[in-house]
Amino acid sequence: MYDKGKIIGGLAVFLCLASFPVWYMAASGKADYSPDPVLPVSENLCVESAQYMKEYHMQLMQQWRDQAVRQGDSIYVSSDNRTFDINLTGTCLKCHTNKADFCDRCHNYTGTAPNCWDCHNVPPANAPPQVTK
Amino acid sequence: MNIDRRSFLKLAALGLLAVAAKPAFDLISRPSAARALEGPFAGKRLAMVVDLNACTAGDGCVDCIAACHSVHNVPDIGNTKEEIKWLWELDYKRAFPDQENGFVSEPLLDSRVLVLCNHCDNPPCVKVCPTQATWKREDGIVMMDYHRCIGCRYCMAACPYGSRSFNWRDPRPYIDIIQQGYPTRTRGVVEKCNFCEERLSDGLQPACVEACSSGALKFGDLKPGTELYDLISSQFNLRRKAELGTRPQVYYLL
Repeated sequence: MYDKGKIIGGLAVFLCLASFPVWYMAASGKADYSPDPVLPVSENLCVESAQYMKEYHMQLMQQWRDQAVRQGDSIYVSSDNRTFDINLTGTCLKCHTNKADFCDRCHNYTGTAPNCWDCHNVPPANAPPQVTK
Repeated sequence: MNIDRRSFLKLAALGLLAVAAKPAFDLISRPSAARALEGPFAGKRLAMVVDLNACTAGDGCVDCIAACHSVHNVPDIGNTKEEIKWLWELDYKRAFPDQENGFVSEPLLDSRVLVLCNHCDNPPCVKVCPTQATWKREDGIVMMDYHRCIGCRYCMAACPYGSRSFNWRDPRPYIDIIQQGYPTRTRGVVEKCNFCEERLSDGLQPACVEACSSGALKFGDLKPGTELYDLISSQFNLRRKAELGTRPQVYYLL
């Protein structure tokens, strides 16, 4: 094999660079960082169980969206027969009062950028001040 | 077993018929179609009446427009090319360009006419929407699903009334006070009057009707026996560009 040293050396440098994020995070002790969203203190049960909400809140919200907008039915009946008004700002954010400490933490952690808040309002108490004209 | 050709064909045909019967029966007795006719909004035809004699838009009254635009977070961009409007005023001649009667009373000619989405019975905007972001509800409201709008603006080209506005930019900086009860829109979607469907579902009248102090705006179901029906069946009224066949549902009393 010609240029054995250069090839193997080059591969080694490449692997080091490619795996940089992994070993850098491990070395800095942030590898086991978890988003720790802040849960509401006033309530201990969401519209569905916490596990279900963790896994399926996006599907649930899409179901809410279609039910409220397309079918005009804005009442959600949960699996344990409680009823909720389908309203992102009015219902979800009533308990999850701090979007930055709840929604954003996991979304930032997973690198997702849902565009809900482009239109839906975050109550001013928790939102960064609105720019007015 | 002996079977001749004729009886084999007969049996085969019977067999085929039996197999085809089930889907055919399902098609005829389709339960989903029946349900669709009995949805929560069936059996209604919502409409609005604007009484031009009572309306004081010509005297500078903008109560209804202010109420509508405030409730729905409609931005004031201050630039006619990018302006967003749900409810606005036009000169009589521009609102009714097809009225070619030689002599119209002068006060009428000089009057300002309140215009909005006509919530047509035969809405051209709905036909052209490629994503079904806009559709006609059973009670006649031409709805917008901002989630589904891709901003192609076909609907704006199709609407003969200019009732639709496009968000060329993020509207939020141009809204004085953002009302928490209704979402804003975002850049790249089309918006228009929704007959206050969010207020109707709470049992309220549309914001413009509620804000009108001169009683010029009336809203309701348009079936025989209702107040609205009596009103427009007993007085001469116009609809904007009705000759286009869109069957607009905003009626103007003269």
